[in-house]
Amino acid sequence: MNRINIIGSGLAGLSAALTLAENGMSCRLISPMPSERAQSVMAEGGINAALDTMGENDSAEQHFEDTMKGGVFLADPNAVWGLCSDAPAIVNRLCDLGAALRMQGSSPVLRNFGGQKKKRTAYAKSSTGKILMTALIDAVRKYEVSGLVERYANHRLEELIIESSQCRGVKIKNIRNGDIIPLTGAVLLAVGGMNSLFPGLTTGTVINTGDVTAEAFFKGAELYNLEFIQYHPTTVSVPEKRCLISEAARGEGGRLFVMRNGEPWYFMEDKYPEYGNLSPRDVVSREIELVKKESGCGNSVYLDMTKLDSNVWKNKLSDLRDECIELLGKDPAAEPIEVSPGIHYFMGGIGVDEKHRTNIKGLYAAGECACQYHGANRLGGNSMLGAVYGGRIAALTAMEENRQEQQPEEKTDIIKGDGCPVMTESSISAEAAGILKDSLGIFRSEEKLTKALAELSALYENESDPVMKKRLLLGRAVLLSASERRESRGAHTRTDYPDRNDREFRKTTVALYKDGNVVVSMRDIPVKRGQADEISDRDKEKKV
Amino acid sequence: MKYLIEIKRRRSEKDEPYFQTFEYETELESATAAAALAELNRRKPLRDINGAECERIVWECSCMQKKCGACAMVINGRPQLACAAVLNEQKGSKIKIEPLSKFPVIADLYVDRSIMFEALRQIGAWLDEEKRAGDKNNELLYEASRCLQCGCCLEVCPNFYSGGDFSGMAALVPVSRLLEELDGKQSRSLRKQYGKHIYNGCGKSLACRNICPAGIDIEKLMVNSNSVMLWKHLFKK
Ligand SMILES: Cc1cc2nc3c(=O)[nH]c(=O)nc-3n(C[C@H](O)[C@H](O)[C@H](O)COP(=O)(O)OP(=O)(O)OC[C@H]3O[C@@H](n4cnc5c(N)ncnc54)[C@H](O)[C@@H]3O)c2cc1C
Ligand code: SF4
Ligand code: SF4
Ligand code: FES
Repeated sequence: MNRINIIGSGLAGLSAALTLAENGMSCRLISPMPSERAQSVMAEGGINAALDTMGENDSAEQHFEDTMKGGVFLADPNAVWGLCSDAPAIVNRLCDLGAALRMQGSSPVLRNFGGQKKKRTAYAKSSTGKILMTALIDAVRKYEVSGLVERYANHRLEELIIESSQCRGVKIKNIRNGDIIPLTGAVLLAVGGMNSLFPGLTTGTVINTGDVTAEAFFKGAELYNLEFIQYHPTTVSVPEKRCLISEAARGEGGRLFVMRNGEPWYFMEDKYPEYGNLSPRDVVSREIELVKKESGCGNSVYLDMTKLDSNVWKNKLSDLRDECIELLGKDPAAEPIEVSPGIHYFMGGIGVDEKHRTNIKGLYAAGECACQYHGANRLGGNSMLGAVYGGRIAALTAMEENRQEQQPEEKTDIIKGDGCPVMTESSISAEAAGILKDSLGIFRSEEKLTKALAELSALYENESDPVMKKRLLLGRAVLLSASERRESRGAHTRTDYPDRNDREFRKTTVALYKDGNVVVSMRDIPVKRGQADEISDRDKEKKV
Repeated sequence: MKYLIEIKRRRSEKDEPYFQTFEYETELESATAAAALAELNRRKPLRDINGAECERIVWECSCMQKKCGACAMVINGRPQLACAAVLNEQKGSKIKIEPLSKFPVIADLYVDRSIMFEALRQIGAWLDEEKRAGDKNNELLYEASRCLQCGCCLEVCPNFYSGGDFSGMAALVPVSRLLEELDGKQSRSLRKQYGKHIYNGCGKSLACRNICPAGIDIEKLMVNSNSVMLWKHLFKK
């Protein structure tokens, strides 16, 4: 039997498993913890689709334009068009699976989100991820019982089996007893972001280490656009991590200000009258750092939600309010909350084409671990959409390419572990983390990146633990990608190259591990089918 | 602030449990039990208060923000999420941490909660046909979608034990979404399973009510599901 091995059981993994099962194809769904613990359950503000239920004349075309523009024209336009034109069907399907999104009659209510002028974000208070995950977990459970989906809920990927540039399977490890199980068949990676490189600085989970991405890189997979790391403008520091204050806070009327000469200055509204507080995240994060340095301004930026209507608190943001009270001991309805940017999303990752194929045959990737749809900066609400849609496309491609394929016989000779639970450090060392933190902040420069690269390479040479070594290798790839992009675009701001340079850099950054070296090159972005591209894009940009 | 963290440890289910105490100092007022465990595990080497070198503490965590249920354990006698257990809100500066007791221990604070997931499979917790959630009962469906599968409610439930027929509140909550949405044949079979695995075993004392770290309105879901099972289904079309 041709079974697809899905690694990761968040939105992307579940969506892939459901797609395969509904098409009668069996799969394994492998993750170190059950789906209930995946980062996807943390997603708050919502999922985008031009459903146009709010009477604003929204359309897939406008969703496409906002996504391309938000990503500063680095995403593959054909893939983005697929995403945006399918989005209404995707969200409708989630509703049909019984997802308890906020509804009016039988259509989802939509809210405003950053970088989009139309209301386009379907939501369930600020627990949208949890509500979508519940619906998908239940839907997949049916196939777990029928046998089409085989769950390995306490296993992690240990090794990709690649023979003559083709992925033949995986070795997975039972984290409860150390057993190693080899599995044959095509592999679909849905393992989330690379949080282990930035301990304590991300809003996500410690389970998403990026180890699988590092292993894929080590085995020859191309990684794209690694330098684009999203700093979410409104996060707060809590023990061991950054905690997100959802963009929904601003979508529902929250305003950012800094104290200037004793008065609150609503700088986003002043500087960016068009999108104001709901400008794309890269813009807001950069401005937060910049205004703190302006004359007369204090060193703290606040999110003011005190003027929100009591109905908004009750019906739309009650959970966000509870969370602030619990985590910060502050009621956002009564006082402004001090916020600062924190690492929230990795636009870059495992390189895939429009059909979610990597450069290695039989290896697919989807969700946050893959680089697709978001270009240089992701719009809020597009990531869950990208995960569900991408998981589906990857599964359809894997199915198409592997249904007929003659596979080597499954041999499941398990290598016995020592019976003890597997304990791995959740992140790189404090020293390595310090190097990445200092060089990969919101503002970057050649000087810092070059120094960081040398320091990290030295740590790499001295590292003996294979998992840690691969993480450092991944870190080197991020640094080199950031150093090679000598322009400023989206989430990548270079103090030494402050301008956008389309001629040289409206390209995908491709990192490859070859003959023991990390090599980075720039590759052309596909042209939108049936459209003369570039010029029209730049015209659109000018109008903004 | 200085805390003494006493942890119940064992290498595996077969080994005898024992307690080990660690000193943990922090300036953070909001430091949680999870932050303490994470910090202890970063120590190289990790030593207890007697200076003896110890193995790293085995425990589960993921979101560190009370959204995933991974870190449920018994802290000062109360089942709760370690990442929500603020140390200076506990009684005294001595903190006792034990694994949930209703599940087999894998090691230290890491327990095997697979029976919870197995229960949902056994009950048949899914929608056979597509069923759109409307606005009518949105709040109830939302509430029923929030269960973390953490197991805290099972810890305090006098009627739940591993291997028994009764699946407890951790099954009731997700199943109540489906009971509310379904009609027809699947509703009949789900009602039957609900009776067998949930309704019949539950003493309805609501000992589990104030334990849920997600703050789910358990009583409302229970009342609704019980009435769907007993009579409300007659009025559904
Ligand atoms: C606080 C927060 C709020 C957010 N809000 C929004 C929002 O409002 N809208 C939006 O669109 N996006 C939002 N996002 C982003 C979005 O949640 C994620 O990008 C998306 O859920 C990713 O889904 P995924 O399936 O790719 O990965 P995940 O859900 O992260 O799943 C990864 C899976 O891989 C598994 N895994 C990890 N390592 C291994 C390994 N070594 N071996 C095997 N399995 C492994 C994990 O256990 C997990 O099952 C938010 C993110 C955060 C952190
Ligand atoms: S009401 Fe009582 S018997 Fe029923 S689940 Fe709660 S604690 Fe257990
Ligand atoms: S009902 Fe509450 S306590 Fe019980 S498993 Fe669900 S989230 Fe945990
Ligand atoms: S780590 Fe997720 S609930 Fe504590």
